[in-house]
Amino acid sequence: MKDLTKTNNPYGDEKVFDACSIFGMMNLKGERFSAKDPIRAIANMHDRGNGLGGGFAAYGIYPDYKDDYAFQIMYLDREAKKKTDRLLSECFNILSEEEMPTQEANVRDPPIMWRYFLQPKKSKTKSQADDDYILEKVMRINTETGKAFVFSSGKNMGVFKGVGFPEDVAEYFYLEEYKGYMWTCHGRFPTNTPGWWGGAHPFNILDWTVVHNGEISSYGINKRYLEMFGYKCTMQTDTEVMAYAFDLLMRRQGLSIEIVSKILAPPLWTEIKAMKPENELALRALRQTYGSLLMNGPFTIVVAHEGEMIGLTDRIKLRPLTAAEKGDYLFLSSEESAIRLVSPMLDRVWSPRGGEPVIGRLESRRAVEVIA
Amino acid sequence: MKSYVTPEYIVERDQDRCIRCKVCVNQCSYDTHYYDEEDDILHSRNENCVNCQRCATFCPTQAITIRENPNHYRSNANWTQEAITSIKKQAETGGVVLTGMGCDKPNLTYWDRLLLNASQVTNPSIDPLREAMELRTYIGSKPDKLELEMEEGNGVVLKTKLAPQLQLETPIMFSAMSYGSISLNVHKSLARAASEAGTFYNTGEGGLEKSLYKYGDHVIVQVASGRFGVHPDYLDAGAAIEIKIGQGAKPGIGGHLPGEKVSEEISRTRMIPLGTDALSPAPQHDIYSIEDLRQLIYALKEATDYTKPVFVKIAAVHNSAAIASGIVRAGADAVVLDGVRGGTGAAPRIIRDNVGIPIEMALAAVDQRLRDEGIRNQASVIAAGGIKSSADVLKAIALGADAVYIATAALVSLGCTVCQKCYTGKCPWGIATTDLWLTKRINPDIGAKRLAGLLRGWSLEIMEMMGGMGINAIESVRGNRLLLRGVGLTDKELEILGVRMVGE
Amino acid sequence: MVLEDAINNARKNLILKKNVALIDATGMYYRDLNSLLRSLDGNGIEKIEICNVYGQRYIGTDLDDHLSIDIYGTPGNDLGAFMKGVNITVHGNVQDGCGNTMDHGRIVVHGRAGDLVGHSMRGGKIFIRDDAGYRVGIHMKEYLGKRPAIVIGGTAQDFLGEYMAGGVLVVLGTNMKDGSCHDARFVGTGMHGGTMYIRGGVRHLGEEVEVKELNEADYRILGSLVDEFCSYYGLDAEKILESKFSKLVPVSSRPYGNLYAY
Repeated sequence: MKDLTKTNNPYGDEKVFDACSIFGMMNLKGERFSAKDPIRAIANMHDRGNGLGGGFAAYGIYPDYKDDYAFQIMYLDREAKKKTDRLLSECFNILSEEEMPTQEANVRDPPIMWRYFLQPKKSKTKSQADDDYILEKVMRINTETGKAFVFSSGKNMGVFKGVGFPEDVAEYFYLEEYKGYMWTCHGRFPTNTPGWWGGAHPFNILDWTVVHNGEISSYGINKRYLEMFGYKCTMQTDTEVMAYAFDLLMRRQGLSIEIVSKILAPPLWTEIKAMKPENELALRALRQTYGSLLMNGPFTIVVAHEGEMIGLTDRIKLRPLTAAEKGDYLFLSSEESAIRLVSPMLDRVWSPRGGEPVIGRLESRRAVEVIA
Repeated sequence: MKSYVTPEYIVERDQDRCIRCKVCVNQCSYDTHYYDEEDDILHSRNENCVNCQRCATFCPTQAITIRENPNHYRSNANWTQEAITSIKKQAETGGVVLTGMGCDKPNLTYWDRLLLNASQVTNPSIDPLREAMELRTYIGSKPDKLELEMEEGNGVVLKTKLAPQLQLETPIMFSAMSYGSISLNVHKSLARAASEAGTFYNTGEGGLEKSLYKYGDHVIVQVASGRFGVHPDYLDAGAAIEIKIGQGAKPGIGGHLPGEKVSEEISRTRMIPLGTDALSPAPQHDIYSIEDLRQLIYALKEATDYTKPVFVKIAAVHNSAAIASGIVRAGADAVVLDGVRGGTGAAPRIIRDNVGIPIEMALAAVDQRLRDEGIRNQASVIAAGGIKSSADVLKAIALGADAVYIATAALVSLGCTVCQKCYTGKCPWGIATTDLWLTKRINPDIGAKRLAGLLRGWSLEIMEMMGGMGINAIESVRGNRLLLRGVGLTDKELEILGVRMVGE
Repeated sequence: MVLEDAINNARKNLILKKNVALIDATGMYYRDLNSLLRSLDGNGIEKIEICNVYGQRYIGTDLDDHLSIDIYGTPGNDLGAFMKGVNITVHGNVQDGCGNTMDHGRIVVHGRAGDLVGHSMRGGKIFIRDDAGYRVGIHMKEYLGKRPAIVIGGTAQDFLGEYMAGGVLVVLGTNMKDGSCHDARFVGTGMHGGTMYIRGGVRHLGEEVEVKELNEADYRILGSLVDEFCSYYGLDAEKILESKFSKLVPVSSRPYGNLYAY
């Protein structure tokens, strides 16, 4: 674990900052489309990044293996791969494995990357839920050798990221050949970790991915709170803490995204006071109980998991987010122009208020902006 | 026996400035000044002066200067002035040397070796004068998760029932100072200021005087070893109950309010006979082990029908972390830690200065320990012990405190000059006394204003510092050790504080 | 850059017709676009039309007076930043930072705007037809004869006119129902100069703001701005001016006078 943390944070900064560009595009009917448009959009926001990180999350890209866990792992050396392969055969039935197809592109020092389609070995899971089993094994791989990093581990989805501008990273992975119903993209402007591919966004845990723009000043306490629930913040990034917060609140505690937004970006006390008594009690209880997960500081995040894409900004909207709809498509972007490039005509364009999520769901036909 | 102890202070009077108004004679309660009518001149008995600065403050022509007696024993790092003088006093009296207020020895304060952060470039600072800056804090037990429902037409509705909470508009409360160690007028001032500022004041172990019941919503009633004034109405009167196990100034020992200070009012409020000594035993005699504490906590909760949070206050000592863990598991809603710099109305000086540890270390250790055990949410942590500025408050919160208690600072705002003579009962500022002639010197109207002013000034400063760090809600400071850096600290100290070195 | 060179470099993107330049910004990096604009500017071109604009930043910066630019598409952040005298019309929406620290000139947007419209503006005028985002008119300032003005046709979000030190900020709420309130909170927080005219109610004001009735002089100023606004978008000025307006002014020019202990 120490090794990975050092790799991600070679100067021992208390936290790794970055600032960036974000883009999300979803077909609400679940129809799959190629990466071409998302790539064009994120490339259009070139100046928000500095070429030291770019990445994509894609959902619905492995229809032939849709019930299997798609592990995408980067290896810093062959020893790490050997060890990890041993662990994988011990814990999983490996349905398929191959080195990820890549081509020459303007990216820096790519590590070895392999993709596996897996199922947990029933004999090993005992009473553990599959998701918890996967989580535990992923944390094990990430901490055991210090040279292997599972950067994607969900079903029928994948993260593709590295050190380079997002359009170059896309080229490296032959991304235009993949088709998914939901894409999130990120261009990074980090201030350290020049060589480490794992540091790029999106950050992934199970099928959750987070792309993030901004800096969380409450990170120190958000991290300590999550550590009480067993999460290990090895990457020392805001994005990691965001992803764990979503995993804790939505997957483990079963809270809805509307409520989770009110935890991460809660209304001010003065606004809570003006609500109906039942709502006031509930909102007050949320802040009292989950105050240590309040994300202070500027942020825009786009969080995705199977069937849902969520955009959220901090409660005083210090970072930009524009949402748009056209037909069956929902767009989220740091800049409107990126959306226009891909779809010059739009049915609706709006900027959500600080702390109010924009949610795209597969079942519903319309994107929803929730107002308390 | 002739005393070999020389006066600590010398009173110098500029006779040209002195207008013979005799304010100094009237104001001094130690009988230091006297007027020689024949020669029309003011004189001073140096041996009585305690350097409370009352006369110097009130002299209309600033004619008085109080100087430390330059007749010092030879300078000696081991045999200090204080060490030598104490020995002589003890030899002459065979007694325990008393003192008041908090430990005054150097090198025990860590606040001054911790520095705060500010945001630049990667995160904008926020201006608290124009944008929301939230200091609101809730003290009480919090659950690990909530059950909520989205109801048609109603929005979000809470299903979980939360334990009772105290709502503070600023994370600063007035700490326990008993009625008896301080005057009723000071209690009135504290109660009113706490009500106005949306925070709380603690009764201390002297009970709650009848006229203050109306401030009950802003009062924390204390149940200490002497159980003074503790009866069902008293328990119901306040918004929370604090079980006092110990205090920072005198860990492990009891207290003693001499019979002379037990006036009629005190007798009534403490419910003890007039003129008797009010003795607080060292332990609470029904708490000899942790399970007994649990028993008392629930006894109090039952007595108040589970409507009030119950705090447990301990002095910061070596195994504070383990004790705190026990306290939380015993069912307390808040743990109060009082550090070595905590004040008192009277304590043996040797205990005040040598027993107990700094609050900063205790706080850091307790906060981390509770997190390691996964129980940090179950109780709030309140820190106390010599907190002297808004920066100390913010640093305490960053180390993990939910709120802080101040007592000495509150008294200073009322006029106290920390002369450490509270145990004499002659406080000329009218604060640490029950002498009715002296207590008049505190006007509760003005006192309340001064205390409220202190809270306001500190709260504004805290908001500025938070804004500078790009934070607009106190929850994001609480326990956020990354906001602090240590300077001039050893690796071990940094490790216990959980704080990095400046430059890192 | 000499005009000849500019034309040569932008050959496939540029057409010149008399003193009008037509630019197709497809695939043009903002630096190249702005460099082209600067070279056209110094050389007798008075009107420029740019189409296929997708996110190019700082358009209008460092160009001279008397130039007129029509933009088709979505210009990028900081449109007209530090602008000195250009006349820009946008046929589409604008992003964040429109008119940032503008000195003089005019920006007319046929659409909506993002955050930070007219940030630290010191002169000139900005007209937004639809809604605008957060922090509109933050720290607008005026000095001697120079008074900036912003007119928002729809509604604006939180921190409207924050820290305003001068100038005129108008919000018309044309898409709001009669008698309804603007959603924005912390309107005019930290205001210590300037004036805001708001049509419709305001939900939450900063502490430094006072609400007043409009007098004749106010109606003259407001009327002239609304007339100009309507002329760009073909709207009915009279109808808009019939509704109730509130005037927001600072309580004091020294709002934080008694904050400090000396």
